[in-house]
Amino acid sequence: MRLTEEEEAMRAGAFGPVRRWAIEHQIAVGQFFDAEDLVPVGQAHIMADTEATGPSGVAFLEEMAKKPEAERRVRIPTITDPRGVDFDAYRRLKQTDDMASLEERLIMAFEALGVLMTNTCINYQTILPPVRGEHLAFGDTGVVIYSNSVLGARTNFEGGPSALSAGLTGRTPRYAYHLEQNRVGTRHFALEHQPASLSDWGALGGIVGRATNSYWEVPVVSNCVRAPNSDELKHFGAALASFGSVALFHMPGVTPEAPTLSDAFHGGPIPSAEAITQSDFETFYEGYAARGDKVDVVVFSAPQLSLLELEQVASHLDGKRVHRDTTLLAVTSPEIKFAADRMGLTARIEASGALLLSGVCFYQSYAREMAEANGWKRLMSNSAKLVNIIGGYGYKPTLASMEACVASAVAGRVL
Amino acid sequence: MPIVLRCHRGLGPAVEGTALVADDNFSARYDLDRKTGVFSRPAHKLFGESYVDKILVLKTAKGGVASAWMLREMQQLKITPLALVFNTVNPILAQGAAFGDLTMVDRFVDGDITTLIKTGDKVRIEPDEGVLTILDE
Repeated sequence: MRLTEEEEAMRAGAFGPVRRWAIEHQIAVGQFFDAEDLVPVGQAHIMADTEATGPSGVAFLEEMAKKPEAERRVRIPTITDPRGVDFDAYRRLKQTDDMASLEERLIMAFEALGVLMTNTCINYQTILPPVRGEHLAFGDTGVVIYSNSVLGARTNFEGGPSALSAGLTGRTPRYAYHLEQNRVGTRHFALEHQPASLSDWGALGGIVGRATNSYWEVPVVSNCVRAPNSDELKHFGAALASFGSVALFHMPGVTPEAPTLSDAFHGGPIPSAEAITQSDFETFYEGYAARGDKVDVVVFSAPQLSLLELEQVASHLDGKRVHRDTTLLAVTSPEIKFAADRMGLTARIEASGALLLSGVCFYQSYAREMAEANGWKRLMSNSAKLVNIIGGYGYKPTLASMEACVASAVAGRVL
Repeated sequence: MPIVLRCHRGLGPAVEGTALVADDNFSARYDLDRKTGVFSRPAHKLFGESYVDKILVLKTAKGGVASAWMLREMQQLKITPLALVFNTVNPILAQGAAFGDLTMVDRFVDGDITTLIKTGDKVRIEPDEGVLTILDE
């Protein structure tokens, strides 16, 4: 790999052992993917909930935090993905004090490194939206696919250690979606049925994701008859990334790198379209159906909810009461939680017996331990991403619209 | 006679062990119970199987950014595969293997690696050379 003078000095330890570790990590990853050099990046976003880092990851960060300030502080704005514990709610969810104290240690270590604890996976809606052509080092697959596809920024999936490295060096290896030639469409799907609800958009992401199923493929979805809004594309992208490990899609007429279908394929041959029909959607939902089953927990999360989604949840819950044997959780970012408090949405949601959590995401919050402690099995959500993930944590998931999820939470069973 | 398969230069140290193979994908967060060391997602083809100290041979790595942290944690707890072998890998697993010093190789020139190796095969991996050898019994 070609390194600049400054990068060579960093590698030689001239900026201390923390930055040397960071650039050596980046060189190892860069060589694995045949990167020719490192590219400067404008922001880093770190996925580092304690369930993922474990105690060993926290100890690793604490060692870093002991180094002199000039050696340990990040060089570019570096923000965080959701954490695992909401300190205002963890006891109610039967999370343990050990989980909370590990979380506190992690936060202290990050703050010593100069990381901003944004605790959000909707930073593109709430913190600083990326700009077309901007190189970034973002963690969280949903953040990456949205930033690449909807905003035209350039980032790979950066796991916690890699995103942290990017924060420390201000660079990342230039491979995959940092390079123009890799941003060309490789698969073509045409909508013969239009998604309506947020869960439909997630289902579409799941259908395309299962069919695509590779980080190195770029699906193009054509025949979308209206421009989806940010929340719809958020659910679509998050599910597409979760089911298919996909980091970039194009939607001709909607996303910035594909004004036309031809542009999506960089003017090259357009593959024949694979149709996505109403029956594909029905089959997708049917795979998670459980009509009549008792519902233990209804979760609106993954990704965190925007202010507009919270308003919809509040409207569905107005004047209703969540069943006493069912828990309803809605999850958002700290910024949006403050806004929801101020605008009365939190009070409207919690008047029903539901709980609005801040700065976490359900599957990053010790989901297995919560299931065991609370006796939860059947989970309902309007997030296709969440139903995809949560089976691995011992839950039986059901996908339904937000409206159907709320009605089921009130009834205590899947309607 | 040993069968020598060539791949892209990989990550981590050279290792030798027993293969566990499936025509399926891999995510540390979605697929594994990392406390007991078994595949825990019911839809996974290795559901219920222990991956501890095995050379895992799967098609590709899927999903979660969390795997980058998890591989090192798994290494430190010693509830970990001996190595990961894929047709193609996403950046997260490569980053995780680099961070955790776990052996990982991908991009084989001879075709679908999940059809070239069988569960129970004795395998040696030399990541720096980009070589995987199926050893004689």
